[in-house]
Amino acid sequence: MLRKRVIPCLDVKDGRVVKGTKFVDLTDEGDPVELAERYAREGADEICFLDIGATPEGRATMLDTIRATAENVFIPLTVGGGVRSVQDMRSVLRAGADKVAVNSAAVHQPRLIQECARAFGNQCVVVSIDVKRHNGAWIVHTHGGRVDTQLDALTWAARAERLGAGELLITSMDRDGTNDGYDLALLRAIRNRTTIPIIASGGAGKPEHLTAAIVEGRADAVLAASIFHRSLHSIAEVKSDLASAGVAVREIA
Amino acid sequence: MKVAVIDHGAGNLVSMVRALETVGAEPSIVTSGPLDRFDRVVLPGVGATGPAMRTLNHSGLTGELRGFGGPLLGVCVGMQLLFDFSTEDDTECLGLIAGTVQRLTTSPLPHIGWNAVSSDASGLFVGLARDELFYFLHSFAVRPSDQQVSIGETTYGTDVFTTAVAERNVTGVQFHPERSGSAGLAVLANFVNGAGQVRRVA
Repeated sequence: MLRKRVIPCLDVKDGRVVKGTKFVDLTDEGDPVELAERYAREGADEICFLDIGATPEGRATMLDTIRATAENVFIPLTVGGGVRSVQDMRSVLRAGADKVAVNSAAVHQPRLIQECARAFGNQCVVVSIDVKRHNGAWIVHTHGGRVDTQLDALTWAARAERLGAGELLITSMDRDGTNDGYDLALLRAIRNRTTIPIIASGGAGKPEHLTAAIVEGRADAVLAASIFHRSLHSIAEVKSDLASAGVAVREIA
Repeated sequence: MKVAVIDHGAGNLVSMVRALETVGAEPSIVTSGPLDRFDRVVLPGVGATGPAMRTLNHSGLTGELRGFGGPLLGVCVGMQLLFDFSTEDDTECLGLIAGTVQRLTTSPLPHIGWNAVSSDASGLFVGLARDELFYFLHSFAVRPSDQQVSIGETTYGTDVFTTAVAERNVTGVQFHPERSGSAGLAVLANFVNGAGQVRRVA
């Protein structure tokens, strides 16, 4: 049986892991390679890096970080942030990523999803969608949450799948960094419109939240940052809570 | 042990090279022949079938792979390329093992994550549990013409499919051993140390 995945997410800026609340107020959380190694040892099923600097200098640093991680961590690595072209995706894959997340560029140029899927297979194309509620609707935001696209998130998710996305990374901006739990209604709504795997993101504060995202939100994987970086809860605690709810997980040896 | 890691243009080779080094091999990334300089060949697996076969055909590696007599390991798409034909991009493949590659039917697809491979813990799986977990990332799977070549099987929803094969010098795994922690490294060590070419006795 396929196990549900627990994925620590590392927001990386200029070679350091940072974390904000609702996408602002960044604090330093450590070295990305060291943190990735620690999480792999502690039973992470994948690691996710999001390059939130995405400047040209930061870009080169990020490729070095990916390479150093791929050389030391033998679990899968998903990388996102600042990927604007097939060539960008190729560079990130060649540096050692297994999957690549596209966000803003895909919204502005949807055929990027199609081109990347054709070149590398849809299994490695993750479409990352940052979502904020407006008057009862879920709206897609881009550029690290700064730009309101007025695009309906459910419509965009379904279109991304048709274009060749292999997975969706759904982040609730309203919940991000709040530790109040995932937006379960958003996850269910996306599930009902799509058939590709969904990674839930934004709002994890305790193990029960990650379990709820899978059991009630019907997500295939759960992503969390601060609860792991700040050692509020371990990956083992999360997996044990999932297992006690009857969810199949990869036990840590 | 000199191991050629075939570069077919698309994927992450860093992890495979590093994983092979970790188990004591000397890997080299290879974009053209001859392959007879090497003791073993790994055909890794990130990318789509159509572009990967086009790259192999242009570089002359298609003939080199068909002629290679030593132990060969295909990984993920690399395993699928060992078969006759893939319905991904309707592509004619290497034809080293008889059979085709078909899309899975369970939802959601792709099949992403850690799943069990049931094996008899021999060959590539020496030293591992009979239902060891490995990391998968794919939507297509092989259908060997002769089930005797199957040495590992995985269940996902209603799909039950072959996820490891061995025939003569040719082996393949659908999962990513270079991304499956210590269990994956054990599979690569078995391949490098020669256990991989041991054919299962039915």
